Amino acid sequence: MSSITINLISGRTIQQGVSMEGGKEKNNYRLACGIIEMDEADFKKLGIMKNTNVKVSSEFGNVVVKAISATQGPHPGMAFIPMGPWANKVTSTETYSTGMPTFKGVTVTVEPAPEEKVLSSVDLVREYCFGDN
Amino acid sequence: MSKTITDVVCPFCGTLCDDLIVTTDDEGKKILGVDNACAIGAEKFIHSSDHSHRVTRPRKMQEDGSFKEITYEEAIEHTAKILVNAKKPLMYGWSSTSCEADSVGHEIAELCGGIVDNTAAVCHGTTLIAVQNVGIPSCTLGEVKNRADRIIFWGCNPAHAHPRHMSRYSIFPRGYFTGKGAKQRKIIVVDPRPTDTTNLADIHLQVEQGYDYELLQALRAAIRGEPLAGDVIAGVPKETVYEAVDVLKSGRFGVIFFGMGVTQSLGKDHNIDAAICLTKDLNDYTKFSIVAMRGHYNVTGSGQVLGWQYGFPYSVDLSRGFARYNPGETGSIEVLKRQEADAIFVLGSDPGAHFPMRCVKEISRLPSVAIDPHITPTTEICDVHVPVAFVGVEVGGNCYRMDNVPIEARKVVEPPEGMMTDQQFLSAVLERVKELKAN
Repeated sequence: MSSITINLISGRTIQQGVSMEGGKEKNNYRLACGIIEMDEADFKKLGIMKNTNVKVSSEFGNVVVKAISATQGPHPGMAFIPMGPWANKVTSTETYSTGMPTFKGVTVTVEPAPEEKVLSSVDLVREYCFGDN
Repeated sequence: MSKTITDVVCPFCGTLCDDLIVTTDDEGKKILGVDNACAIGAEKFIHSSDHSHRVTRPRKMQEDGSFKEITYEEAIEHTAKILVNAKKPLMYGWSSTSCEADSVGHEIAELCGGIVDNTAAVCHGTTLIAVQNVGIPSCTLGEVKNRADRIIFWGCNPAHAHPRHMSRYSIFPRGYFTGKGAKQRKIIVVDPRPTDTTNLADIHLQVEQGYDYELLQALRAAIRGEPLAGDVIAGVPKETVYEAVDVLKSGRFGVIFFGMGVTQSLGKDHNIDAAICLTKDLNDYTKFSIVAMRGHYNVTGSGQVLGWQYGFPYSVDLSRGFARYNPGETGSIEVLKRQEADAIFVLGSDPGAHFPMRCVKEISRLPSVAIDPHITPTTEICDVHVPVAFVGVEVGGNCYRMDNVPIEARKVVEPPEGMMTDQQFLSAVLERVKELKAN
C-alpha cells in the first residue's frame, strides 16, 4: 500500500475553536479536528481521493483522521492537523529540557485507511487510556 | 421583554474583547444574542446558556467506566482527600478561571506540597523562559492601536486564533496617531504556510518550518547592515529579507506579535530570545515592542498571580515547602513523563485534549479530579468531574489580557441552580484540606 512521509504541524482553526466551545464530546468537534489538511501535490503522491480516511503514524503513535484538501495553502510537503487529541496522538513528547512538547515539525507517515473509522474525541482518549493500547 | 448588557468581556482568548453586547431574557437566565463577538466567543456564550447539554452536578466514574452523580460535598471530600494523601499532586490549568480562584488554588497547593502549573506549559512557556533570559520591551494593545504603523505576526494566525485582534488593535483600527487605519500600516507575516492572515500581509516571509531562529538572526544582521550569505535564508529569498528590513526600519512604531509557530517549533525559547533581541536592535532605528499572543483568556493572569506569590510564572514546584522552578524538570509534561506525580487536579484547562497522549494516559492512571463547566476528554478520564459556573458568563472575576492589562470579567446570566463557582469550590476544598491536615 502507498504511503508518504510528510512534516506535520498543528494549530488553531476557527472551526476548531467554535466546535470546542460547542462541546468537545459532539460530532462537530470530530469533524473540525479529526482531519489532516494536505496539499494537492501530496494527495497525488499518495494516490488517494480527497475526504478519504488515512492513518497517520509517527514514532510517538498513530491516529486515523480524514484527509482533506488544505484550507490555507498551498503547502506541499507539510500537513496540518488542528490542535486536539487527534494531533496529540502523533505529536512529539520531546521538550528538549524546556518543558514544551514539539507540537510543530513532527515527521509522520500517511497511508490510506478507508475502512477505518475516525473516533470521537472522548472515544479516542478513553480507548487509548483504558483500552489495550 | 429582554435585557441588554453592554461592555461585556469575552472569556475566550487573550485579546479579552471588552465591547460585547449580550441580550438576555427578562429573568437574566438565558442568553438570547451576542453582538460584537467573534464566532468562537459568541459560541461560548450561547453554548453556556443552553443548560440542556450541561452537566450540573458532580459525577464520579464507576468501575465500568460510566459516571454516577454525586453531591458537591462528596466531590469536595474526594478532592481534599486525594490532595492530602498525595506526596506530589500536580495541580494544572488555572487559565480559564479568575485570578481570585487561582489564588485560592495556590493556597491549597502550598498546604499539600503540590506542583502548580498553567497552560503556558504547552503554549507560551518558552516565551516566559526567554523573557527571563533577555527581558522584554513591550507595550499595551492601546499603544498598538494608537501608534503602531509596522506590525509583524510571527508564527501566529490571528485570523483564526484571535479573530478580533486585527480589527480592534493591530491592522484596521484608526487611532490617535494612526488616523488612516490599515492604509497607514505595513504588515509582515512570517508563517511556513500561506494563511488567512498572510492574505492581509504586505510581505509574507514564508519561512521553512522550524527555521525561525535562522531567519530572526538574518534579520538582525541585515538591520545592522551586515551582508547575508546565500541567496535563500530559511526558505526566504535574500532580497525579501532586505525588503522586510527596509519596511521595519522606516516605521515610526512597530510591534512584533508572535505565537505557537515559534514557541513550539525547534529552537523554542531560543527563537523567542532572538525575536526579543530583534526588537531591541530595531530600537536603535525606531521604536519597537513585542507582545506574545496568549491563548486562554486568563493564562496571563495565572502567570501574574503565580509571579507575585512565588516569583515564577508557571511550573512552580511547592513539594519541598518552598517554591522551585525549572520548567524542563517541574513542567507538567516532564513530571507526567517521569510518572512523578501521585495525584492530579485539573481546573480551567483540558490537558486530555491538548497534552501529548502519553501524558494523557498517565493522567488516567492517577487519582484525579477535573473541574470544568464542559464535558471534555479530561473530564471523561478523571475519577471525578466537578461542573462549575462559567467565569465571564455566570460569575465575574479578574483576568489579564495578553498585554498584562487587568480587566474585570462580568457576570451576565445566572448559572444553573445550585451550581458552584470555581472559587466557591476551591474555598470549600481549602477548608477541608486544613481540617484534614490538622488531624
